[in-house]
Amino acid sequence: MLNIDRNLFDIGRMDTLAMGDTPLHHLDPRAKLMTTLAFIVAVVSFGKYELSAMIPFFIFPLAQIAKGDLPFMYLLRKVMIVAPFALFIGIFNPLIDRETLFRLGSIHISGGWISYLSILMRFALTVMAALTLIALTGFNTVCLALEKLGVPRPFVVQLLFLYRYLFVLTDEAARLARARSLRVFESNGMGFKPFASMVGHLLLRTLDRAQRIHIAMCCRGFEGHIPILRPMRFGIREIRYMTFWAMVFALLRFYNLPMQMGLLITRLFT
Amino acid sequence: MHMADALISPAAGGAMWAATAGLIAYSSKKVREEMDDGKVPLMGVLGAFIFAAQMINFTIPATGSSGHLGGGMILAVLLGPYAAFLTIASVITVQALFFADGGLLALGCNIFNMGFWPCFVTYPFIFRPIFNGPATQTQGRMLTGAMLACVVGLQLGAFSVVLETLFSGISELPFGTFVLMMQPIHLAIGIVEGFVTAAVVGFVWKARPELVTHDSNPTYASPNNMRPVLIGLLICAVITGAALSWFASANPDGLEWAMFKTSSHEELANPEKGIHASLLHLQKKTAFLPDYGFKADGAEPKAEAESTPSWPAVSAGTSVAGLVGGALTLFLAVIIGLGLKRRGNHSK
Repeated sequence: MLNIDRNLFDIGRMDTLAMGDTPLHHLDPRAKLMTTLAFIVAVVSFGKYELSAMIPFFIFPLAQIAKGDLPFMYLLRKVMIVAPFALFIGIFNPLIDRETLFRLGSIHISGGWISYLSILMRFALTVMAALTLIALTGFNTVCLALEKLGVPRPFVVQLLFLYRYLFVLTDEAARLARARSLRVFESNGMGFKPFASMVGHLLLRTLDRAQRIHIAMCCRGFEGHIPILRPMRFGIREIRYMTFWAMVFALLRFYNLPMQMGLLITRLFT
Repeated sequence: MHMADALISPAAGGAMWAATAGLIAYSSKKVREEMDDGKVPLMGVLGAFIFAAQMINFTIPATGSSGHLGGGMILAVLLGPYAAFLTIASVITVQALFFADGGLLALGCNIFNMGFWPCFVTYPFIFRPIFNGPATQTQGRMLTGAMLACVVGLQLGAFSVVLETLFSGISELPFGTFVLMMQPIHLAIGIVEGFVTAAVVGFVWKARPELVTHDSNPTYASPNNMRPVLIGLLICAVITGAALSWFASANPDGLEWAMFKTSSHEELANPEKGIHASLLHLQKKTAFLPDYGFKADGAEPKAEAESTPSWPAVSAGTSVAGLVGGALTLFLAVIIGLGLKRRGNHSK
C-alpha cells in the first residue's frame, strides 16, 4: 500500500509547488494554459523524422522550471515514471522502418531509430510542459481558467469536486487496504471476492458521504453551482508572456536553428 | 489505454478534442437540465471513488498478474450516461495533469476512447436492454449485461486507439499488427472488468437496491434521444477520417522517402501518386497545419539525408551539422536555464 500513500504525497507535492511565489506563479492561469497548449501543438506538429529542430523547444520547460523555482530532478523522475508507454509503442519503429536515413561514417542509422528518438523527445517535451503547468499553477486555478475560457460549468464544478474528495477517498481506500493486509498472512495479493466486497463497501461509504455533503451544502445555500469569486486579471504581463513565447515557438517551428548553427560550425572547421 | 501526446498528430488530436468538447458541452447541458443538484456532489465523490478504487489491486485468478477497476460502466450504471461521461472525463483530466498519464493534446482521444463508448454506446444499447428486459432483473442478467458491455466497450476503445494512432502516422506499427496486439489484450481486460463491475454493482444492489434499479427515471438516455448525438458524431468521424487520410497518405513512408532524397521536389518524384498532387490544393485549404506533411516530412529530413561519405570529410555533411547544432542547442538551453535560475536566486 506504499503505492497509494506515495501517489497521495505526489499530488500534495505538486500543489505545494504551485503555492510558490515567483512572477510565473502570479501570472494569470489562462496565459499559462494557452501557452502550454500552443507549445504542445507546435512540438507534435513536427514530422516524424524531425529531431534536431525539436531540441531548442526544451528551452520552454527549462526556463519555466528555472524561473518558477521548481525541483528539476523531481519533475524528471515523474517523466520517467510514465516513460514506459512511449518506450514500448515507439520501439516498433526501428523494427519496422529499416530504411537507412543517414550515415555517420560507417554507421548506418535507419529512419526507424530517428523516428523513435523523435517520439521520445516529443514525449519528454510534452509531459514536462504539462507537469510544469500544474506545478506553477495548481489544479484549482487551472479549473478557474478553464471556466473563464468557456468550459461548461458542470464540468468545471465536477473537476473541483473530484479534486477535493480525491484525498479523502484515497485515504479511505488506503485505510481499508492497510487494515486487510495487516490481517492476512500471505502477502501475494488479494482474491477477487474480498476485492469486490471491499470496493463495494468503499462505494457505499462514498455514496453516504455524497449525501452528507449534499445536505451540508444545501444548508449553506447551494444552488447547483459553485460561485467562484477570485478575480483574474489579464494584464500587460500576461500579454507580454504569451507574445514572447508565441514568437519563440513560431521561430523555432519554422527555422531549424540547430541545423543552421551546426552548418556554421562545421564550415568553420573545413 | 492512455495515449500520449508523443504519438499523435495535431490534426488527430485536434479533431478528437473537438468531438470530446462537443460531448462535454452536450452532457453538461443534459446534467444541468436534470436540475438534480444532489447529483453534483455525487458525481464529484464518485469520480474520487474511481480514483481510490483504482489504487486497490486484486489478483486475477489463474494468471498471477494483478488488475484494477476501470470503472466506466459502474459510473454509467449509477449515474446515467451524461453524468457518468462528465465524471470519467474529469478523472482522465486529473490523471493527465498530475500523473502525466496521457497527454494534454491526447486528452480528447483518451476521454473519447474511455468515456464515449461505455457511456453512450454499450450502456444504453447493451447493458440496459439486457438488464431491464421484459423479465425480472436478476444477478445473472446483470452479470451478462455488465460482461458484454465491458468487453464490447473496451474493444471499441482499443480499436479507437489503433485508428487514432494510425491516422497520426507517428508510430510505424502497421494496422494489422497493432490490432492483433491491442484487441486480445483488451478482451482479457474487458472480461476482468466485466466481472469486477458485476461484483461491485451486485454488492451495491444487495445493500441499496434503489441505486441500481432506477430505470423508471426518464432522464437516462433512451436510444431515442441519443440519435442526434450519434448522427452528429458519425458525420464528424467521416469528415475527420477523410481529412486525416489525406494526411496519412501524404506523409512519405521510409521507402518513398528514401527515393526522394536525391530529387528536389516530392511531388515531381512521385508521378504514380498523381491524385495526391491534385488533392494538395484541397489539403492546403483544409489542413490544420498546412505545412505539416510537406516541409517537415519532405524538405528537412531530405537535408539531413545527404549523408557524408565518411567521418572526416564533413564538408557537405549536413547530418553531422544537425548533430553538432543539436548538441550545441541543448547545451545552450541548459546554460540559459541555469542562468535564469541563478538570477532568480540573486534577486531573492
